[in-house]
Amino acid sequence: MAVEKFEQLTSTAVPLPIENVDTDQIIPARFLKATTREGFGDNLFRDWRYDKNDQPIADFVLNNPIYSGAILVGGKNFGCGSSREHAAWAVGGAGFKVVISSFFADIFKGNALNNGILPITVSDEYLQSIFETIEADPKAQFKVDLVNQKLTNVTSGENASFDINGYKKECLLNGYDDIDYLLNIKDKIQAFELAR
Amino acid sequence: MAGKTLFDKIWDAHVVQEIPDGPSVLYIDRHLIHEVTSPQAFNGLGRRNLKVMRPKQTVATPDHNVPTINQDKPIEDELSRFQVDTLTENCNKYGIDLYGLNTEYQGVVHVMGPQLGVTQPGMTIVCGDSHTSTHGAFGCIAFGIGTSEVEMVLATQCIMQPKPKKMRINVNGQLKPNVSPKDVILYIISKMTAAGGTGYFVEYSGNVFREMSMEGRMTVCNMSIEMGARGGLISPDIKTFEFVEGKKYSPKGADYDKAIAKWAELYTDSDAVFDREVDFDAADIEPMITFGTNPGMGVKITGKIPELSSIDGSEQPSFQKSMNYMGFQAGDTMIGKQVDYVFIGSCTNGRIEDLRVVADYVKGKQKAENVTAWIVPGSKEVERQAKAEGIVEVLEAAGFKMRQPGCSACLAMNDDKIPAGKYAVSTSNRNFEGRQGPGARTMLASPLTAAAVAVAGKVVDPRDVMATA
Repeated sequence: MAVEKFEQLTSTAVPLPIENVDTDQIIPARFLKATTREGFGDNLFRDWRYDKNDQPIADFVLNNPIYSGAILVGGKNFGCGSSREHAAWAVGGAGFKVVISSFFADIFKGNALNNGILPITVSDEYLQSIFETIEADPKAQFKVDLVNQKLTNVTSGENASFDINGYKKECLLNGYDDIDYLLNIKDKIQAFELAR
Repeated sequence: MAGKTLFDKIWDAHVVQEIPDGPSVLYIDRHLIHEVTSPQAFNGLGRRNLKVMRPKQTVATPDHNVPTINQDKPIEDELSRFQVDTLTENCNKYGIDLYGLNTEYQGVVHVMGPQLGVTQPGMTIVCGDSHTSTHGAFGCIAFGIGTSEVEMVLATQCIMQPKPKKMRINVNGQLKPNVSPKDVILYIISKMTAAGGTGYFVEYSGNVFREMSMEGRMTVCNMSIEMGARGGLISPDIKTFEFVEGKKYSPKGADYDKAIAKWAELYTDSDAVFDREVDFDAADIEPMITFGTNPGMGVKITGKIPELSSIDGSEQPSFQKSMNYMGFQAGDTMIGKQVDYVFIGSCTNGRIEDLRVVADYVKGKQKAENVTAWIVPGSKEVERQAKAEGIVEVLEAAGFKMRQPGCSACLAMNDDKIPAGKYAVSTSNRNFEGRQGPGARTMLASPLTAAAVAVAGKVVDPRDVMATA
């Protein structure tokens, strides 16, 4: 099953300037009881979004209609904690294609890529400038160009290049996933087993 | 040529292919699965019409979502029951060994694996659970994976991984009395921060780890992920071999002797180089407790929460958010803090040695009236041992509620939730907001500290109450 192709995207962004956003916040454990990948977006940041009576908490960013877009911008160490891929499904299910932070937890980063969501790591300073741009103008646009590995703050014109390994980049550009790759080298895997 | 680290020796022996400017294809020896992160992977196999490539290298148990009472009755929660039933169906369909509810070896996957000998030195072990790092205690490369990767392992016995950097954390010297492995790892994480290990695989080295029991080493490796590390490992030794010997999945007879000869090669060469090396003095470590909402926010139990002014400017909003959630103030003393619940269990501290420590402490004492104390054994085997050793009797006489094996209040997927606003001292691994239930406030500590707190009804230094007892 291939992932959706990703080449470039221009969108407004949703700011979440909190550090160490863990996967229990992204999708609390009590919502992990499903046996399919769908439907997690509704519970993204559930306990920050809704109070205990399931009423929206007005000052949480996802409940503020001023903010929208396919880019989520988080503080340092985004996605730490549990390995639950449900966190990536929740982020994707809520319509985000790109997550920007100055630092990602390893497992979340891998899970995001395996679901066609692009994690972009920028410097602390650039991250701060993104937050400031959105604060000044919630409708500010950001352009993500995967081919050239470039993130542009359309308002300020500021560019930042970002790293992604060549293999994962090809996967995203073409919509391939790792299982496709591994199935193609199954003979090699079996040969490895025999040689051990 | 410089020598190899333990990590390199195991990693290099498992690389099927290197992808230029990409990850390595890594062969996986053992795969543990549970009910929560596997169903979508099996769905994926079905959609692609694939078989499980090596069903005997995967072992399953339900743990995350199971009730810890009345396990002999059908699970009441419909979604939980369906998830557990789905695991059973998938294991039957694909020929995977399952240790189901009410069977002899069911338990928290990282407690069960070593007890069955699924975990053996030099292996690569993965599971859709970040605390898979636990198995590193046996000299394994063991780490948590996402569900897409669970599907990869089922289909091809491989995953694609960028090679992490290597760090060695050395703790040498003499630990103070009543400082436990949990205190050692909480101390390390408090120094490294919750992100300090990200991108690294950690080897724990030094006499402190050599002197630890296998269970203590598991506690340490278990929490490697809490500083962001992919995993942690400890070179195997005679203690490791003795632990593995005679277990259900362990090699037997001549195979065991051959295995030991191979395992004895699993150490870091003296001239191997790490990307980062960190040293701590054992004498500096004291019983620890966390005050905030990530495991890096820990202090000596006799210590104070840092002043806001000592926190880096950019981190102050997150710190303040954390204090607001916990209902604490910067600068507060931890001793004397209110406690409503004590949870003893989890893949971090739900093993027999942990239960023994608690029973030794509470024997002849009563838990405080204001505290609800839950003890959740890590597995059926731990439960059996606890019964046989009279531990269950002691704990129940002290007013602790003995539950049945499962992940329970560590992540509160089942009904074992700490109510909103209440304070729990927990032997588990995460104090994130809402981790133990929406609004629950968690302080992480060792089993000994948790036992002392349960009796005192508030945060105490276990050494003080032991001295006066």
